[in-house]
Amino acid sequence: MNALVSLIVVAVLTAVAVAGAGARPSAFVLGIVVPYAAAAVFLLGIVIRVLRWARAPVPFRIPTTCGQQNSLPWVKSSPLDNPHTALGVAARMALEVLCFRSLFRNTRSELRDGPRLIYAENKWLWLGAMTFHWSLLAVVVRHMRFFMEPVPFPVLFALRMDGILEVGVPVVYMSSLGLLAAAGYLLARRLLSPQLRYISLAADYLPLFLILGIAGSGILMRHFTKLDVIAVKELAMGLSTLQPALPEGIGALFFVHLLLVSSLLAYLPFSKLMHLGGVFLSPTRNLANNNRMKRHLNPWNPPVRVHTYEEYEDEFRTLMKGAGLPLEKEPK
Amino acid sequence: MHDTGKILAGLAVFLALATSPLWYASLARSSAAAPRLDLPAAERRCVLPREVIRASHMQLLDEWRTQVVRDGQRDYVTPDGRRFDKSLTRTCLKCHSNEKNFCSRCHDYAGAKPVCWNCHVKPEDIK
Ligand code: HEC
Ligand code: HEC
Ligand code: HEC
Repeated sequence: MNALVSLIVVAVLTAVAVAGAGARPSAFVLGIVVPYAAAAVFLLGIVIRVLRWARAPVPFRIPTTCGQQNSLPWVKSSPLDNPHTALGVAARMALEVLCFRSLFRNTRSELRDGPRLIYAENKWLWLGAMTFHWSLLAVVVRHMRFFMEPVPFPVLFALRMDGILEVGVPVVYMSSLGLLAAAGYLLARRLLSPQLRYISLAADYLPLFLILGIAGSGILMRHFTKLDVIAVKELAMGLSTLQPALPEGIGALFFVHLLLVSSLLAYLPFSKLMHLGGVFLSPTRNLANNNRMKRHLNPWNPPVRVHTYEEYEDEFRTLMKGAGLPLEKEPK
Repeated sequence: MHDTGKILAGLAVFLALATSPLWYASLARSSAAAPRLDLPAAERRCVLPREVIRASHMQLLDEWRTQVVRDGQRDYVTPDGRRFDKSLTRTCLKCHSNEKNFCSRCHDYAGAKPVCWNCHVKPEDIK
């Protein structure tokens, strides 16, 4: 049911794009107004959400520790799983962001007859996620060839590496297949496993359907239905140079592709896809575990009036002397 | 304690990357217009209608290659009945004799780098 709702949303978007592609004024809206609006929502949305997160105070260090904390010199600590320096944190975050290290530790639990609870390694989700995210990055970098003129070296390099297998004319990019396969796997996982289906919301399916629609329409255009790539670049360069114009001869499938991308961009700041920024702000990952080395003050603590022993003695010195109690400072 | 400073730095990096097409275009003074191509002076028509050849010339070349190399079949008849030899250098580049100002100019704009010229010769290479 949840999956169906998301599928209908994507189908409606597709239909809107197909209907709008035919006439010039509506194609102008789909090709220029919608992408600009989506980019604005994307950028503003992300900035606002991250600024809201930035206002949250960080009073304590709450890293999840998966290894021995740094303590005495002869106790071996694990600098990556329980970092206590900024460098350690940077390394831990890099592994997290680039290699999805905590997902790598994913396990699967099963109740076997006995009844025995069995835990086993489960690397499939990690593999699917790695393939998905790295392919997505390659796809995004590759697409910069449409928005930049002359095409800069890093983009050309990405194009070359992605097509290094030199299969087909025009070459098949590995990331096209990777993205489609991995997004397909991530969707199949949710649909086929009863436990996962039970916890999956429409908001879990929508990004997957959008991305599958985007990847599918892109591959169709590049390898099957074909389109005038030069006209597409003219459109994209019009957007980059802020002199938008709508060239002739762009097919409906391209507008489907563009509307799905615009929808994904505009939806991103409001969705679970904000983990794009959130992963960097996970306090259980990005804080050094130096609670025992540094004093962390809670900024919203009310000021506490303390009465030190020195002040106590000053106050009661004569009485204490009279009672014969030991004193740190003798009265004059 | 707040980590606002670090977060703002990260946000600045993100914004710089996300808006890179805009500032790159103004730094590189890019123009949105497609490059001007040197079209054959003597000929009026390509092997296929203009819209078709623009979008699908790579597939045509791929078909030609397979048919020549696998089946030894070298005769191509256009939809309007003209006959051509299925050859990259001897047909396409006979009319489009200036590869640099035609194929390459378009491919550079699109970021496409066909590997064909690793083996096939261009007319300008021979001179
Ligand atoms: C008989 C000479 C001739 C041959 C052979 C020929 N072309 Fe063309 N080609 C032309 C002409 C003339 C045009 C311009 C057509 C027009 O403007 O309508 C053209 C246009 C094109 C265009 C579109 C350029 C533009 O400005 O839109 C491409 C791409 C192209 N040719 C590629 C090829 C390829 C690839 C081959 C080999 C398979 C080839 N041509 C073979 C004469 C030829
Ligand atoms: C109107 C612009 C234009 C012209 C002129 C043109 N091409 Fe292309 N060509 C393209 C575009 C755009 C692509 C890449 C399509 C893509 O990346 O999706 C391409 C791709 C190719 C490819 C496949 C590259 C790959 O990725 O494997 C070959 C081969 C090719 N062109 C050959 C030629 C030849 C030969 C000529 C000159 C006779 C020529 N083209 C002229 C626009 C053009
Ligand atoms: C590894 C070297 C190599 C590369 C790279 C290569 N070819 Fe070829 N190609 C050949 C050889 C060898 C023949 C056979 C020549 C013959 O039998 O006349 C051939 C034949 C052809 C033919 C038919 C014969 C002719 O005269 O043109 C076409 C068309 C062709 N290739 C197109 C392409 C295209 C398009 C590309 C780029 C996507 C390409 N080739 C890349 C080596 C290569």
